[in-house]
Amino acid sequence: MTDLLERPDTPSARAPRVRRGPRELRVGGLRAELRVVVLTVVLVVLVLGLALVGLCFGSSWATPREVFAVLFGPEYSVVIVEWRLARVTAALVFGAALGVAGAIFQNLTRNPMGSPDVIGLDTGSYTGALFAITVLAGTSGQRALASVVGGLAVAAAIHLLSSKGGFSGLRLVVIGIGVNAMMTAINSWIVLRAELEVAIAAVGWSAGSLNGVGWHHLWLPFSVIAVLLGLLVMRAHAVHQTSFGDAIAVTTGVSLNRLRLLMVLIGVGCTATVTAVAGPIAFIALAAPQIGRRLAGASGVPLLPAALTGAVLLLGADLIAQALLAPVALPVGVVSTAIGGCYLIWLLTREVRRA
Amino acid sequence: MTAHPDTHPNARTGTPADARPDAPPNVRLAARDLTLRYGDRVVSTRLTLDIPDGAFTAVVGPNGCGKSTLLRAFVRLLRPDSGHVGFDGREVGDYPAKALARLLGFLPQDPLAPEDIRVRQLVRRGRFPHRSLLGLWSPADEEAVEEAMAAAGVEDLADRPVQELSGGQRQRVWVAMVLAQRTPYLLLDEPTSFLDITHQYQLLALLSKLRDQGRTVIAVLHDINQACRFADHLVAVREGRVVAEGVPADIVDAALIKDVFDLPSLIVPDPVTGTPMVVPTLQGDRVEHPPPLPG
Repeated sequence: MTDLLERPDTPSARAPRVRRGPRELRVGGLRAELRVVVLTVVLVVLVLGLALVGLCFGSSWATPREVFAVLFGPEYSVVIVEWRLARVTAALVFGAALGVAGAIFQNLTRNPMGSPDVIGLDTGSYTGALFAITVLAGTSGQRALASVVGGLAVAAAIHLLSSKGGFSGLRLVVIGIGVNAMMTAINSWIVLRAELEVAIAAVGWSAGSLNGVGWHHLWLPFSVIAVLLGLLVMRAHAVHQTSFGDAIAVTTGVSLNRLRLLMVLIGVGCTATVTAVAGPIAFIALAAPQIGRRLAGASGVPLLPAALTGAVLLLGADLIAQALLAPVALPVGVVSTAIGGCYLIWLLTREVRRA
Repeated sequence: MTAHPDTHPNARTGTPADARPDAPPNVRLAARDLTLRYGDRVVSTRLTLDIPDGAFTAVVGPNGCGKSTLLRAFVRLLRPDSGHVGFDGREVGDYPAKALARLLGFLPQDPLAPEDIRVRQLVRRGRFPHRSLLGLWSPADEEAVEEAMAAAGVEDLADRPVQELSGGQRQRVWVAMVLAQRTPYLLLDEPTSFLDITHQYQLLALLSKLRDQGRTVIAVLHDINQACRFADHLVAVREGRVVAEGVPADIVDAALIKDVFDLPSLIVPDPVTGTPMVVPTLQGDRVEHPPPLPG
């Protein structure tokens, strides 16, 4: 009896000691699994590679040497610096922001379907932006602000509709899909009753497009996204801790309500900022976090792989959008929707099979 | 436990461990006039309870009597409708989240492990309240994790995925996570449910050992005999009010068991520890061997 109580495991019952845990890298107080580090490096290389292709590609191809000469050397090229570099940087930053926004909402709802583009935050932001264009003067500042307001209004509406009787991720997603359909209808209505040239511009933009993006469009959204991601990095460990469920998150010191509110603001902020500039680019936020999670073999929905995968996806999709019917550049949203649609069908069949 | 009956907290002194027989127990965690409710259902009204410091307190009562709810109010998972829960005289709701998490560790009844997580990773998460804003990992964190895994006897499982473990192993891993939190107080909600009898006793022995090392343990237990055997302080709850509290040997008698559980019974001394043991007498039972009178 004493033996039994002293040692929980008798030696004979112990499994042979096989070390098959994940290998880790440590630098000072930082620690990361080797697999995550390797994945991060691979994704960063992939991002840089795609970015280089993006800089070379266009109606007239530039060689990588020419691109490097412009970027790091004495030469200057309006096409490469003002057009292609702006577009490539936008795809990279916006892709990362969308990936992060998706990861945030999938963590909050604990549901792979719970991403901003599915639950109507993109369309809500777009409604705000359309309002700014058709009713207000439509300056980029107004568009950004109206997008954020639209996104937050949709988030608040979904929260109010779904929070009755306790928080449920699945209910939130289902209600979000309904809200998304309603907002899409409202958007069509706004476009239909707008003046012709405004309507044409709005429709070209409604699929989500990086065509014609220049640096003067970008400094504001880039600063907003930088601030939001900075806030997120500071709270990343707390987000990680919430994958234990509410009880343990709270009793290990997470201020859950404050954290949730902050995460919603960051997620909506990222989505709305991207939407204000590029329109509602669908499916990056849905697919990137889940692809990143599987690649990292991680528990929960990790943020960094989501950001990097988002950047890769949007860069890749934008390249395809430019190349597919060149010299006509498609809106990137068309490509991302096509890629994401396949992914969504796969996800749905898998979830249905599991249920 | 059998090895040291002389140090057993229930061994006739009638007070929690380390306290002098006539000294009132030191109290840090207390509930005053607590009214708790889940939605429209009132779980307890004006409940007042002191948790003796440094002791093993067991909360017992029938299903749905509000004992788990009470524990959740202590760790502020449930905001009181009215009344107070205080630690060191300060409302638990007024503590910063991480500060409270360095004082009170809590293990819920059915904790949720993230997919694919390994034992060591899970135990490390217990260090969350000690980490800085950037979450850098310190040697002290590492030491606390190793020590917690050793105390709970899960060092050998460190690199195994939690999903692959048996119920008993998994429960010890969770205990290790709460231990890594290094809180002076441990609150556990039915930690022995889903465990077989061997693992139940292993876990209770571990909790006793932690109490011996100076921690305060508060556990909701559903087995009254285990509660009597291991607890220094027993709190019997029914319909959201405290029916009796005190040293098990002082308060447990047939009348109390009838009051709390609606169960006729004989109380006999546990042959191993001498603590009260409840033997139910059902209708039609004839008492073949009347127990010797205790004392």
